[in-house]
Amino acid sequence: MNTPPYSQFQATLAITRASLKSIFRSPSAVIFSLMFPLIFIVVFGFIGGGNISVDVGFDKTSDTTNVLYKILAGENSGVNLVTYPTAAEMTADLKKGNTAAIISILPIDNLKDGKVKVNLQLCDASGRNGKIFQSQLNAIISTVNSMGTPIADMKIQMNQPTEIKGRAYKSIDFILPGQLGFSLLASGVFGTAFVFFSLRQTLVLKRFFATPIKRSGIIIGEAIARLIFAMMGSMVIILIGRFAFGFTLIHGFTTFLNMIALSALGLIVFMGFGFVVSGLAKNESSIPPFANLITMPQFLLAGTFFSIQNFPHWLQYVSYALPLTYLNDAMRKIAFEGAGLWDVHHQILIVVLWGVGIYLLAIKVFRWE
Amino acid sequence: MNPSKTIISVKELVKSYGTLPAVKGISFEVYEGEIFGLLGPNGAGKTTTLEIMETLRSKTSGEVLINGLNVDTHPQEIKKIIGVQLQAAGYYPGLTLLELMQLFSGLYNRKINKMEMLAAVGLQDKAKAKHKELSGGQKQRFSIATTLINNPKIIFLDEPTTGLDPQARRNLWDLIRQIRDNGTTVVITTHYMDEAENLCDRVGVIESGKIIAMDTPDKLIDNLIASGFERKKEVKKANLEDVFLSLTGKEWKDE
Repeated sequence: MNTPPYSQFQATLAITRASLKSIFRSPSAVIFSLMFPLIFIVVFGFIGGGNISVDVGFDKTSDTTNVLYKILAGENSGVNLVTYPTAAEMTADLKKGNTAAIISILPIDNLKDGKVKVNLQLCDASGRNGKIFQSQLNAIISTVNSMGTPIADMKIQMNQPTEIKGRAYKSIDFILPGQLGFSLLASGVFGTAFVFFSLRQTLVLKRFFATPIKRSGIIIGEAIARLIFAMMGSMVIILIGRFAFGFTLIHGFTTFLNMIALSALGLIVFMGFGFVVSGLAKNESSIPPFANLITMPQFLLAGTFFSIQNFPHWLQYVSYALPLTYLNDAMRKIAFEGAGLWDVHHQILIVVLWGVGIYLLAIKVFRWE
Repeated sequence: MNPSKTIISVKELVKSYGTLPAVKGISFEVYEGEIFGLLGPNGAGKTTTLEIMETLRSKTSGEVLINGLNVDTHPQEIKKIIGVQLQAAGYYPGLTLLELMQLFSGLYNRKINKMEMLAAVGLQDKAKAKHKELSGGQKQRFSIATTLINNPKIIFLDEPTTGLDPQARRNLWDLIRQIRDNGTTVVITTHYMDEAENLCDRVGVIESGKIIAMDTPDKLIDNLIASGFERKKEVKKANLEDVFLSLTGKEWKDE
């Protein structure tokens, strides 16, 4: 009998097809990867973010001898003055919506009218925060002017604010990348852990071993199926975000592709956690605690919902140890700021290092039987 | 059947788990085209022996040749020519039988007529049913269908009738005989003696990791009678199972 040589590729592909069908028919996979992130996007999209203190770019050439500066720089002003090495960087940050406004305080022009003048630059990218700061500033100025000041006859006058055109910054632009990251984490950890545990437990793997496919072929076949499913999920989340909630894709399709590429990397790394959990879990009911131990802290601390800057310092150290933090960070840079993959290579490198570490552990603890 | 041609040869097979010996040096041969039964109580070492022959388990010592191929050196080649039915093997529960047949067709790199193969085990009506919707007997028949995809020289069946009702068992026996008649050698484990007596051409009895008897069922019975054994109770021409089957019918039922 003349049979062609056995093709591992064909066998691996057969597993991918079967597994993908199986995932699509599993309600929990669909709920975890799609429904949860979408629900969170809707809920948090409407709540919006209530920032406690506003970051404001502060022109270095400002006059800091006057009372206005002392009020703004004071601890309870609700304003956080940020200085930049160059004016260009300051303007760039304003355009991204990272700072609410730029303020510069001009020295008193004694010869003319003896008033402290203030220049304010706003940008539509900073949304409400700019307006909030403007009214705060107005309130401060009118209070100071009505009370009189220690410096005789000093008046503060605010020049007409200059509006810089930036791009619109919406809360969906912050929420969606975080949700995308979390969806990948959940799908990677829970999906992989449950699937491999149950394939092992129900002897599906053992039945596969009795066929000529190699073990690596089984893992790769399953992993490709999960990757395809998760990437389809990511695309759906981004597209729904774009068309239903106005999520901004700065460079359009390129940004979309960059986000998908980053999603794929994230999922592959997070699947490593799933392999570890499936290896360590003694029974099915011990999977959720293990998996939650990995996903929950990252869910809360990796900047999924809240900017890490809002956390106390000691907690920020924890945040900066988590892989999802870097994935979220890179995802936002790509999505908001239109960065390319190379621009976030630092974040990617850290995610990859996590991946290497976790797969080394997975190889140690993974069990076939 | 050609009793002179050996297709499986097991010599001095030993398997220990840690210091615990499960199989203690057993030797036997299986001939091409026969149904060979490994009998013995639970825990006697039947499944271990079977899984070593199936290349699913390593052995401690001894030699096992499957169609002339050594399990140590040619496991991949052996997998291509054998079919394996595991005790309670699972499949993707949400997939239909046709989709699962497609999967195994890919795993074995074989093009098959899926419907025809399902029909061979009487599951053509269930082709679009999900695996989790099958009854116990249907699952076993499906499991056997997956062992036949690569047109194997030998199939291994591990307690295929455990947990089935009398009709389903008889149906499965007919199926197994049919597979043998098509030229496939069958190795089966069971702890039901009626099954061995009805089905097997030859049997080996394993007890505590050793083979304690090996011959045709008829010969073993004759030997026992020759030793002076007598049943305490006169045997009637029918038993309760015959009554049950004649009352409830013998056809394949959709259990």
